[in-house]
Amino acid sequence: MAEALTAHGDHGGPHAHHPALQHHFDTLDQQHEAATLGMWLFLITEVLFFGGLFLAYMLYRVWYPEAWAEGSYQLNLTLGAINTVVLIGSSLTMAFAVRAAQTGLRKATVGWLIATMLLGLTFLVIKYFEYAEKFEHHHVPGSNFSFPGPHGDQVQIYFSLYFLMTGLHATHMLIGFGLLSVIAWMAHKGRFSEQWSTPVEISGLYWHFVDIVWIFLFPLLYLVDRAHTPVG
Amino acid sequence: MATTIARRVTYLNNEHTLASWLLTKDHKRIGILYLIVVTTAFFLGGLFATLVRLELATPAGDYVSAETYNKLFTMHGVTMVFFVLIPAVPAILGNFVLPLMLGAKDVAFPKINLLSWYVFVIGFLFTVYAMVTGGVDTGWTFYTPYSSRASNTNVVMTGIGVFITGFSSILTGLNFMVTIHRMRAPGLTWFRLPLFVWALYATSFVQILGTPVIAITVLALAVERGLHFGIFDPALGGDPVLFQHMFWFYSHPAVYIMILPPMGAISEVIATFSRKSIFGYSFVAFSSLAIAIFGFLVWAHHMFVSGISVYSALVFSFLTYAVAIPSAIKVFNWTATLYRGAVWLKAPMMWALSFIGLFLIGGLTGIFTASLGIDVHLHDTYFVVAHFHFIMVGGAIMGYFAGLHYWWPKITGRMYSDIWAKVAAIIVFCGFNLTFGPQFILGYLGMPRRYWAYPPEFQTLNVLSSAGASILAVGYILVGIYMVASLFKGEIAGDNPWHATGLEWTTQSPPLPHNFEVQPVVTEEAYEYVAREVKVG
Repeated sequence: MAEALTAHGDHGGPHAHHPALQHHFDTLDQQHEAATLGMWLFLITEVLFFGGLFLAYMLYRVWYPEAWAEGSYQLNLTLGAINTVVLIGSSLTMAFAVRAAQTGLRKATVGWLIATMLLGLTFLVIKYFEYAEKFEHHHVPGSNFSFPGPHGDQVQIYFSLYFLMTGLHATHMLIGFGLLSVIAWMAHKGRFSEQWSTPVEISGLYWHFVDIVWIFLFPLLYLVDRAHTPVG
Repeated sequence: MATTIARRVTYLNNEHTLASWLLTKDHKRIGILYLIVVTTAFFLGGLFATLVRLELATPAGDYVSAETYNKLFTMHGVTMVFFVLIPAVPAILGNFVLPLMLGAKDVAFPKINLLSWYVFVIGFLFTVYAMVTGGVDTGWTFYTPYSSRASNTNVVMTGIGVFITGFSSILTGLNFMVTIHRMRAPGLTWFRLPLFVWALYATSFVQILGTPVIAITVLALAVERGLHFGIFDPALGGDPVLFQHMFWFYSHPAVYIMILPPMGAISEVIATFSRKSIFGYSFVAFSSLAIAIFGFLVWAHHMFVSGISVYSALVFSFLTYAVAIPSAIKVFNWTATLYRGAVWLKAPMMWALSFIGLFLIGGLTGIFTASLGIDVHLHDTYFVVAHFHFIMVGGAIMGYFAGLHYWWPKITGRMYSDIWAKVAAIIVFCGFNLTFGPQFILGYLGMPRRYWAYPPEFQTLNVLSSAGASILAVGYILVGIYMVASLFKGEIAGDNPWHATGLEWTTQSPPLPHNFEVQPVVTEEAYEYVAREVKVG
């Protein structure tokens, strides 16, 4: 089935001795394609991961529209909207960081990565204040939960999903924060260049994904029924 | 060349320290690491099964308490499903042979490969800890509200174990899929790939799309139970059937994670020992993908009596019949490969032929349970237990052993005793049929699963089943004995003891640390047995 080549393929290419090339790949291009495909596949698993919760959300929202509206009015629309802008802004700075890395601008890469992390941190701080408000108002599911009116139980389901979905999203933000710290350090050490910036690119993919999850979460959780009733 | 033969450097002897194993990024060593943990889990799960069959030898609930019995069948299921059946073929054999079959130096992400082993071990330790500190009694299906409200056992800890282990499976699937896309040797086009690679590719597809859903489901369950959130809680208006949908959205496709890789191994073994190209290569290849895709569309056939609508049940019943088609294509094509082949009845072939027979029975009884009316009668009876054991043990474990016996000389460089391996295959085949054959009848007569005691008229069949289980245990222990013995006393196998095609047989046994001395280039289709001179010993 097999014949032998006399020369191994990995000694001839233009990137043969690049320090980032791992031993089991022949070229940096192959390594780049593998890493990119790997990240996309990982993001598909993330879609399915959040997908289970979106399914539960969809079912209960159809079953309990009143409870969903009542629960949604308890959220702080202003803070949620600010956070949406902050997160979309962080995706912009992330895109700049990727561009800077691809063009070999070391300091700009580090700078944009730090800007992205600061915006991410802003998001988490705002989220912390939102959560704290829910604790004060007994809107955290469990034995301390209380909500007046006939839909109290179903509103508890709403808040269970609210905390699970936003909590998982925030966990992903934290993981992203850790990831970008490492990438920023590597960028600072001059590991990236026009030839090799894949780690920045795939970290960017991850960051954008987390951003997109929020872009779905914000209208689904904060904007239920807002068109019909004034902000309460 | 020199007259003396230099001691060959292999992946086994190039380094000897414990750290060289625990920190290895070599896919072959990682395969061995999985082999050790999965074998441990297999005997642990087998121990639970032994105790279950011991209790069921008499009609009265006498040997263990009802509570203990519930824990035993639960822990048997959890151990076997998540720590044996799912990782066995992909993580052990797949890890070892996939890069070799592709002519690659390693998988695409060797560090992630090692990470997934650690994740697997940590998940296993969590689960074992949950078992040791009181066990879990919900059944491996963790149905709510029993798991969320009623049970007072270690549900959350077990759930965490399953959750963690899921990421190991995801990472392995992801790694394999990228490897198959990006690491193929020059000339190794998609339709020259060995069918084992196609099977692993289809499996990866299921692992990537399915496993995250069980992760989120178990997480939601843990949050509901631990923090008293309400997601499936009927007291708040939540829906326990939603849990079943989400659970089976993964856990039915998981059956294909278990069975597709052994099917791939069977294709290799059948072709090699029939000395023929596999009949209908592209049909076998695409049937793997078809099974992976259809497998996602049949989950609610586990829920025909859970109160789902008759119309959706009809659709799920129909789609379940549809998944039988690609499965049958494989069986027909393997059989057609045997026809006019030069069948060489070595040990791996014995295991492979056992697989075909048992899988056939498992598959055909699946048709019974897929039909709506009959399933109402058979649901949650021993008929279902027998059916899925024919698929998972008769199919998946038999196929795993076929593959293990086939690649063992490549993995270890040594040959086990062919006679004992054949004897073990026969013992396991007979023991298996005696264990699970009577359970079809028991189930049809109405004996429900998961019960600790049963009416006396069921005793004869239960005693037969328990007797079969002890024969089965002897067979499995025998495999363990001669495999271990072969490491010390086995004949040196040589690079290609089966005279097989495939890149993995072109390198030395055991392989070099980086697999090949020179980059292989592929110029032929897979299984070109007719083209080469065949030497059958």
